[in-house]
Amino acid sequence: MKPEDINICILRIEGTNNEQEMYDAFKRLGTKPHLVHLNELSSLKPYQCLMIPGGFSAGDYIRAGTIFASRIKSNFMDELNNFIKEGYAVGGICNGFQVLVELGLLPGNPKGNGTITACLSRNDSARFECRHSILKHVSSKKCVFTSLLPQNEQLIVPSAHAEGKFLLSGGKKAYEKLEKNGQIIFKYVNYKGETNAPYPWNPNGSPYNIAGICNKRGNVFGMMPHPERSFFSKNEHGYSGKILFESVVKYIGGTF
Amino acid sequence: MGKKEVIVTVGLKEGISDPEGKNVKKALSLLGFKEVEEVKILKSYKITINENKCKDIDEKVKAMAEGLLTNPVVHDYEISW
Repeated sequence: MKPEDINICILRIEGTNNEQEMYDAFKRLGTKPHLVHLNELSSLKPYQCLMIPGGFSAGDYIRAGTIFASRIKSNFMDELNNFIKEGYAVGGICNGFQVLVELGLLPGNPKGNGTITACLSRNDSARFECRHSILKHVSSKKCVFTSLLPQNEQLIVPSAHAEGKFLLSGGKKAYEKLEKNGQIIFKYVNYKGETNAPYPWNPNGSPYNIAGICNKRGNVFGMMPHPERSFFSKNEHGYSGKILFESVVKYIGGTF
Repeated sequence: MGKKEVIVTVGLKEGISDPEGKNVKKALSLLGFKEVEEVKILKSYKITINENKCKDIDEKVKAMAEGLLTNPVVHDYEISW
């Protein structure tokens, strides 16, 4: 599939933001992004990738991302599950990550029954944390959103959230399993690249400094920081947030 | 049979850190309330239900709490009528 034939659905509801940056990121790569309000979405069939942007969807009432998730559940959950089963890509940034967690799609469970097994809880600082984070790409497995980024490469990406502490049910064993499966994609690190760096390097207090994860198959991905905001800011090796968008476009182009 | 009010109170499970509660405790302490030992943040939802439209009201409220109002990883809840 050529980039110009790839249709990306960037799903909005009231309160989402950064969808324009996400649109621009995919547009610059020659694909066809579409800003689609949930009320206007009749089918996922025209799309090869679904992106859920950041923001404060539906005012983040109840919990961050919960109302957006419940509206997706009531509208097209079966279709979304099939979309994922067919190998299409689904990405969530910041509030989008929270939505995917509240849908039970991340980290996902073997039964695939939408049981919620994680939570993006309030930052340890109890406030909105807004600064650049250094992220280390820790997974050796190929998540479709980071396949072009070498392992251990570091990106500088802006964080901007109040609920980003990634908590997993099942305690230490569950985290170890996630790590073993290669599902932990990004960790917050300090300037030395240490993955146990404390606050403020880790802006929210996430155990194991987790900043981004994917499902077991690698085609559903979520992260708290905003790569669409760092599309142009390259590191010393020439990598920026752009590489995530390039990776998923390459995946779709090569698979479908 | 008519309208019935239910209150669902959601709080964090034991062992889950409550940074908001800690901040409130600190603020109270700064105001001179040194006797405060702990503050926990709870969130309450007052839900009015039409009993004529609902046969199994207890189960329905439980499903509401577990399906939307809480995240089972971090929250506990209580239902009071």
